[in-house]
Amino acid sequence: MKKDMVEIRWHGRGGQGAKTAALLLADVAFKAGKYVQGFPEYGPERMGAPITAYNRIGQSPITVHSNIYTPDYVVVVDDGLLEGTDVTLGLKKEGALIVNTRRSKQEIRAMLRGFAGSIYTVDAREISVRALGKYYPNSPMLAAVVAVSGVMTQEAFLREMRGSYAHKFAKKPEVIEGNMRALEMTFAAIWEGEEAVAGRGCCA
Amino acid sequence: MAIRERLSGNEAVAYAIRQINPDVMPAFPITPSTEIPQYVASYMANGKVDTEFIHVESEHSAMSAAIGAAAAGARVVTATSSCGMALMWEELYVAASDRLPVVLALVNRALSGPININADHSDSMGARDSGWIQIYAESNQEAYDNFLQAYPIAEHEAVRLPVMICQDGFITSHGVENIRLLEDEKVREFVGEYSPAHYLLNADEPMSVGPYAVSAYYMETKRAQREAMKNAKRVILETAERFANLTGRKYGFFEEYRLEDADYAVVIIGSAAGTCKAAVDEIRNTTGKKVGLLKIRVFRPFPEEELAAALRDKKAVAVLDRSEMFAASGGPLGAEVRAALYSAKSRTELVNYFYGLGGRDITVEDFKEVYRKLEELDKTHVVRDMYAYIGLRE
Repeated sequence: MKKDMVEIRWHGRGGQGAKTAALLLADVAFKAGKYVQGFPEYGPERMGAPITAYNRIGQSPITVHSNIYTPDYVVVVDDGLLEGTDVTLGLKKEGALIVNTRRSKQEIRAMLRGFAGSIYTVDAREISVRALGKYYPNSPMLAAVVAVSGVMTQEAFLREMRGSYAHKFAKKPEVIEGNMRALEMTFAAIWEGEEAVAGRGCCA
Repeated sequence: MAIRERLSGNEAVAYAIRQINPDVMPAFPITPSTEIPQYVASYMANGKVDTEFIHVESEHSAMSAAIGAAAAGARVVTATSSCGMALMWEELYVAASDRLPVVLALVNRALSGPININADHSDSMGARDSGWIQIYAESNQEAYDNFLQAYPIAEHEAVRLPVMICQDGFITSHGVENIRLLEDEKVREFVGEYSPAHYLLNADEPMSVGPYAVSAYYMETKRAQREAMKNAKRVILETAERFANLTGRKYGFFEEYRLEDADYAVVIIGSAAGTCKAAVDEIRNTTGKKVGLLKIRVFRPFPEEELAAALRDKKAVAVLDRSEMFAASGGPLGAEVRAALYSAKSRTELVNYFYGLGGRDITVEDFKEVYRKLEELDKTHVVRDMYAYIGLRE
């Protein structure tokens, strides 16, 4: 069943780019014609502190201005957070958890507090280093949440991201292809690990 | 054709400032309003505006410079939050009594202490008696729209008062949402050129601004300010009508959301109104119960009669305050609404809540509980306390 609105919660560490990733997702979904919200929750402002960011993406105007407590999807940018944070708190069981990790799904599930829904793992470090030569988890994690949630089609996402990168990296165009490669590799890795996720998400 | 965009509230206000291209911007950075002067500074560096930026060493100086520039005859903007506004305190009153149309982009943040960077209304509510017009926004769209209407209100010859355009720190200032922007030329036409009737740099009319007023004159000055505030009500509505003709977006002193036939009403200011709307829709769709919302847009001048007319026949009303004033009766909005209903001889049941202090979140579920309690109050007619709390850990 298609939903009118999808809610996503991001867990990362200050300075790691979870907030930027949430804003990028809002950006690309906006360009694909959606109504969007992307916003951070600020706790103590310091590098390395756990931070949370949020997205609402829908087909009609969104007025709610609270944080998200029962997300459809949770993205964890740093698997070290699994030990101290209950990342699946409130996560809908028909939703999914997406973790940047080298661990297996079984290992991840054992670290959670009884979450029974789907788990997707992405080795963003491996993908990023192979595609870009450097570790930037944002691009792989963005591609992963789009692939899993289906908030937009892969084609629309890749098209809009190419536009965003061209704008963002106008002064260093050499990194555009690497970032695009990271997105495509992530889609391939998610599809390889899973059956295609039919009917999930809101807006594809 | 409107421009479809997605911007944070700070970006939206900075965009409006670019379009208006004011003459002078004195500013000192403070979270969460810092981005506004930052964005304007890049507009300046890129030649998009010819605004003069005045680097100052404090907010006290920022507002002092704003007063000086406005008295000289310039169109002035500044931005601040929280303790930054507290440091402007003395000058806020001076700007208002000197009748200078300074516009302040205020990004609401809790006052210290304890020190906190998140949204509440203690900064602007504390300044409610300073003589400034105060207009609040629910969303980024409203922050932008209100900002465009600020100068036509402030500079109107029957008003000539400073205006603060308020939005909730982080919730809208740093949240990215869809927004409709106007084309530059439409903004320029709507806001118009500023040609003050009297100004210090007019060599043909030597004058003094802000002189000492002995007891024989001080009270008449305050009376004149009150008259300007009264006039502002008319000008705010005229400006809103002109804005609606341009954009189709209608504004008044407050927004009535599914209020007309409602038995139970919430009165609130700012971003949480959007969350309340979702609760109103859900309750009406699932139970058919008649609930509604009155969202204050203009807090100064306070639309007492209009508000009382909208609320006087409701069965029960909850007024939600996002700032403390440590009065026995509750918060500042609660006190104003109570007074308005009393003046209108209404016997509507009223309960006052504190919520969201220092950024404490308020959810759709919280609002559903507020409406449930209003229904209960309508049955028992027992108000246990003059005020209560939402989301407090006791």
